[in-house]
Amino acid sequence: MLTKRIIPCFDVDNGRVVKGVSFVELRDAGDPVELAAKYDLAGADELVFLDITASSDGRASVYDMIARTADQVFIPLTVGGGVRSGDDMRMMLEMGADKVSVNTAAIERPEVIEEGAHRFGSQCIVVAVDAKRRPSTAGQPQSWEVYTHGGRTPTGRDAIEWVREAVKRGAGELLVTSMDTDGHQDGYDLALLRAISDAVEVPVIASGGAGEPEHLYDALTEGGAAAVLAASIFHFGKYDIPFLKRYLADRGLPMRPADAESAVEV
Amino acid sequence: MSEVVIVDYGAGNLRSVARAVAHAGVDAVVTAEARVVERARVLIVPGVGAAEDTMTHLREGGLDGPVLDFIASGKPFLGVCMGMQALFDYSEEGGRHECLGVLPGRIVRFPQGMTVPHMGWNTVRVADHPVFEGIPQDSYFYFLHSYRPQPDEPTIVIGETEYEGVRFPSVVGRDNVIATQFHPEKSGRQGLRLYANFLRLARERGTIGPATASVA
Repeated sequence: MLTKRIIPCFDVDNGRVVKGVSFVELRDAGDPVELAAKYDLAGADELVFLDITASSDGRASVYDMIARTADQVFIPLTVGGGVRSGDDMRMMLEMGADKVSVNTAAIERPEVIEEGAHRFGSQCIVVAVDAKRRPSTAGQPQSWEVYTHGGRTPTGRDAIEWVREAVKRGAGELLVTSMDTDGHQDGYDLALLRAISDAVEVPVIASGGAGEPEHLYDALTEGGAAAVLAASIFHFGKYDIPFLKRYLADRGLPMRPADAESAVEV
Repeated sequence: MSEVVIVDYGAGNLRSVARAVAHAGVDAVVTAEARVVERARVLIVPGVGAAEDTMTHLREGGLDGPVLDFIASGKPFLGVCMGMQALFDYSEEGGRHECLGVLPGRIVRFPQGMTVPHMGWNTVRVADHPVFEGIPQDSYFYFLHSYRPQPDEPTIVIGETEYEGVRFPSVVGRDNVIATQFHPEKSGRQGLRLYANFLRLARERGTIGPATASVA
């Protein structure tokens, strides 16, 4: 049976992880390779790196980082941040990324989804959506607006309509972040997740709001998500991945147990 | 000149495949050149992407003939994901596309209404096969695909996986050919063990020399 996925997310600046973690003993918390290896051992099902490098000079640093990480860690890697074109995608895939995430560029130039899906296959094109609740109107169902540029720019686009289009154009997976719940550790926006997972047939990764184990459970059940992405819940060392996997498995969800066996040294 | 050749037909993450081979202590060369494929002693065809593009790239690159000749030679062959699907007679992905015809059967989509792609970690139930030596039954491997094989001969099915009630062959092969729908190079320690087993078998058969590369 296909298992639900737990995906730690790291912000990367100039090739260094900038949000530290405390639950694992690290010599260098900023080193993506060491971090990735530890999370792999702990049972992370995939890893997401979000490149927040501002200067264009620093852009090459992410390619080197992907290569060093992919050379050492044999679980899927998704990389996003600043992906503008099919050639950007190609670079990341060649360096060892398995999936590439596009956000702002996909809204500004939706053909980039088709270009990526055509050249590399839908399965490696993740469309990331930052969505914010619209004020509810009496008698109307709840709706959400898509934001770009790291949540700074409203687009006027309806989130449900946009994800349908993105999937039609070739997105193989959606990374859905609620701007309302992100950073509050108070739970994911379950209505948003449910609306999107009902609207498309591709897997949905829930993001934004994880603080307690039950939040993950709710996103994977009520929200219909195939995977949960989180940063703070791991970074602040509140719960580790083996604990969360046991918790979710005990509540009846199919989870891949953390692979304690280490006969093959990685 | 390396004896282990990974075929590059322009799609996907080949670096991880090369690193998984290196992890087993063997150097591999990644190539798009037919003459390198012709001299291979072990051949790996990995890949992601669409069937039509894959077959077009293989044919336009003049690689389809050398791959078929290699398989006919009896030397060890490993196909991964699209590299497995390309072995069948044809694929129904985006119309009907003729494939290599090494294994009897076709590639079909998962039924409508399912979450597709089938993406993530799933278990594999395998018959006794030496590439799975030391790998516990029902181990987890990483999958990433929307189409699945439907073989005409049940004897070529080596492993099976179930997804939303659909049971499909996730490992197929016969004679010198072994192919997986999942990505062993993305499946952690069990996946690395599969590569190591495949290369060890090649070594035991005298196809390639002893491990030479330093283990990463």
